[in-house]
Amino acid sequence: MARTLPPVDIVIVGMGWTGGIMARELGPTGQKIVVLERGGPRSTGENFSVPMIRDELRYAQRTDLMMDTAKDTVTIRNTPAETALPMRRLGSFLPGEGVGGAGAHWNGATWRWADNDLKIRSMYEQRYGAGFIPKDMPLRDWGVSYADLEPYYDRFEYDAGVSGKAGNIKGRKQAGGNPFEGPRKRDYPLPPLTENYASKLFRTATQGLGLHPFARPAANASKPYVNPDGMQLGQCQYCGFCERFGCESNAKGSPHTTVIPVALKNPNVELRTWSWVQKVMLDSTGKRAVGVAYVNVQTGEELEQPADLVILCAYALSNVHLMLLSGIGAPYDPATGQGVVGSHYAYQGSASQQMFFEGRNFNPFIATGSMGAIVDDYHANWDFDRGPQGYIGGSTISVSGSNGRPIGYRPTPAGTPAWGAEWKRATAKWYQSALSVSALGGVMPHRQNFLDLDPTYRNRFGQPLLRMTFDFKDNDLKQNRHAAELCAQIGRAMNPTHANPAFYPRTWSVVPYQSTHNTGGAIMGAEPGASAVNTWLQSWDVTNVFVVGASAFPHNSAYNPTGPVAALAYRTGEAIRERYLKRPGLLS
Amino acid sequence: MRQPALDRRAILLLASGIAGAGTAAEAAPAATPPAAETPPAGYIFLQPSEALFVEALAMHMVPADDLSPDGVALGIPVFIDRALAGSWGKGDRLYMQGPWRSGSPNQGYQLPLTPSELYRVGIAQSNAYCQATYGKTFDRLPAAEREGFLVALSQGRLALPGGLPARPFFDVLYQTVMEGMFADPIYGGNRDKAAWRMIGFPGVMANNAQNIALYNDGRRFTAEPVGIADMS
Ligand SMILES: Cc1cc2nc3c(=O)[nH]c(=O)nc-3n(C[C@H](O)[C@H](O)[C@H](O)COP(=O)(O)OP(=O)(O)OC[C@H]3O[C@@H](n4cnc5c(N)ncnc54)[C@H](O)[C@@H]3O)c2cc1C
Ligand code: SF4
Repeated sequence: MARTLPPVDIVIVGMGWTGGIMARELGPTGQKIVVLERGGPRSTGENFSVPMIRDELRYAQRTDLMMDTAKDTVTIRNTPAETALPMRRLGSFLPGEGVGGAGAHWNGATWRWADNDLKIRSMYEQRYGAGFIPKDMPLRDWGVSYADLEPYYDRFEYDAGVSGKAGNIKGRKQAGGNPFEGPRKRDYPLPPLTENYASKLFRTATQGLGLHPFARPAANASKPYVNPDGMQLGQCQYCGFCERFGCESNAKGSPHTTVIPVALKNPNVELRTWSWVQKVMLDSTGKRAVGVAYVNVQTGEELEQPADLVILCAYALSNVHLMLLSGIGAPYDPATGQGVVGSHYAYQGSASQQMFFEGRNFNPFIATGSMGAIVDDYHANWDFDRGPQGYIGGSTISVSGSNGRPIGYRPTPAGTPAWGAEWKRATAKWYQSALSVSALGGVMPHRQNFLDLDPTYRNRFGQPLLRMTFDFKDNDLKQNRHAAELCAQIGRAMNPTHANPAFYPRTWSVVPYQSTHNTGGAIMGAEPGASAVNTWLQSWDVTNVFVVGASAFPHNSAYNPTGPVAALAYRTGEAIRERYLKRPGLLS
Repeated sequence: MRQPALDRRAILLLASGIAGAGTAAEAAPAATPPAAETPPAGYIFLQPSEALFVEALAMHMVPADDLSPDGVALGIPVFIDRALAGSWGKGDRLYMQGPWRSGSPNQGYQLPLTPSELYRVGIAQSNAYCQATYGKTFDRLPAAEREGFLVALSQGRLALPGGLPARPFFDVLYQTVMEGMFADPIYGGNRDKAAWRMIGFPGVMANNAQNIALYNDGRRFTAEPVGIADMS
């Protein structure tokens, strides 16, 4: 029998970026708030100190900071005709576990998604006609505009310490920034990171092609910084152990050094680590949450935490998993297209061009998670005509290089053997002299890409695993093929000694890492029935549950997700604080 | 240009400008170079025939030349032995519930074996295959036949007696040889950081706030590589 704890006002599930932001925003209300995090506590001094943290084997290969797939994982398949099998170890994506979530070991690329994403359906219909949108692509507007989100993007950039250069301040174009971004009220809090040699070559080449390169906005602090809450960030050391690692210098904008400690200054906010939430408990009507059931994974004890308001901040995939396990909202049925929870699951498109420059050195280990020059001419640039290409979406294209860690990074020209004397010669020769140009692309929703509960496989608590059915569809493949051509074109303009064939994935495999940019499954929208949550991320069906994270995205874009994930979290926090708590009920 | 490790560490502490950084100075590395890095000899997981297989594999994949010593001298078999004896080898973080099905390549690893079990089964079946095909176990094959066997294994083109699929076995062999070569020497491979020297990877010392601007013109940054043990 589970032990019932004294009731609280608000339960937040998960203590990563979104959980930290919600606790930060709601802490000052004085409400009794409990945050339940399945993993352990984390601090820079204990967990991310040098030299321990600079261990490629432990953190990059063995994924020490991430979700433990022995305990909980997903099952995967490409199409509904296949039997889904468990993702037995991490590969394609790396969900977080422990205080800070994936925010403690992300790269920090921080974007403002604009109206070409937020109003995607109406903008494409208006420009290309409704017939341009394939029938099996349930494309949706998000129900918010860039102008709605601008103040919250700004909050995140200043809280996380983002380094970058504005391209558009209040409608006035700024030299050196992204000319295609939406108008912002002010510049980034920190100047861009220092440009490296690879970026110089990329910038010169893309300018020569008439494109508009700029420095990728990065939550890697280019200078020591104090955020508006008084939290201190150190200067980035270009250490090359960024993605998959915690930052020793506190230079990476991470929730464990920013929003979380600020939230925990409020005596009414309590963080309980090692607390694994199994489901949201509903009352007999199924229309109201009464708390959450969780397990203390250190003692095995089952507990029930009653609460008036439940906020899911458990990462996109776990949010959807918890909704399905709890019976919140109608599960999606791909056969009929009915139901919403689990629909619109999307992932990330990509393409790349590997090149070699004899005699030139790129020092790939002098790097940060998000530095590098990038062009947005094929994504936010609405003048880029998708008509001749015949796809919806687009790609951002950049020069790669977040690290030179040698277990994972050893580029060799195509045709080089994988071992032996010749392999050694090529590895030694090209380690310093290789570069790639790579594209990040969107994925549009498809009726056959979705999440539901697996009929066979179970997690450590005996609950059904989340089942993922996903593959790149026609629209994505056209986009990625085009992106590969663009990467090759830019690559040629950089004048390498030689180049491998440009690459894009023809199908989705769970094995190689691609990105931890899983989106959808509990999408937002202005209409009940067509979305799982409203634009305040509030469940239409169980109005005292909010679901915060990229689960709300109706499609995925050519940008990394955390900018709008965080902006939507700040916006929801404000709406709960200013309106919901005063008059609980459906927000409008 | 060579920079001593200590200076770069000091730069980090000054440059990071964070309150807590001062205390990290206590953990600054000893100035003296580390003593012999050779870990204790002997194997704790690999049985004699397995040790022969792994040593032959390491020698074949990483031959000695002017770039580095051979795979055994680099400590790759010791790395593999320790990895298989440790938590990863015993299935840490591996979802091990059935039912078991082979699935499509896109669905990834689906065998009911931990890495150490996979190694044990795979070596036994490989030696049985080599014995039947060439009349000798893998470690006694001449280089050309070793090469032929490994290429066929890597392409999934041969049927191991006992039915273990070739590709997942090759994948774990290849992964661990590369890890043993390039991981931090504290794990028993990459002895004397020879593989890091071979490519020019400077290791765990990475305080480059100055270097990023100094080396942005195509020049090579060189430094004596530093491992975890050097800083501890
Ligand atoms: C290697 C890597 C690189 C990345 N790089 C970038 C990048 O450059 N730019 C970008 O925009 N994004 C990047 N991301 C993605 C980014 O980290 C996420 O978008 C962001 O962290 C999402 O915030 P979240 O709060 O939804 O999830 P998280 O920050 O992961 O927090 C979720 C928390 O919920 C906890 N939790 C889950 N289930 C339960 C449960 N049942 N009970 C209790 N607690 C639970 C988890 O343990 C976790 O701590 C990267 C991710 C990874 C892994
Ligand atoms: S690259 Fe910069 S932000 Fe990233 S971990 Fe290193 S010092 Fe921190």
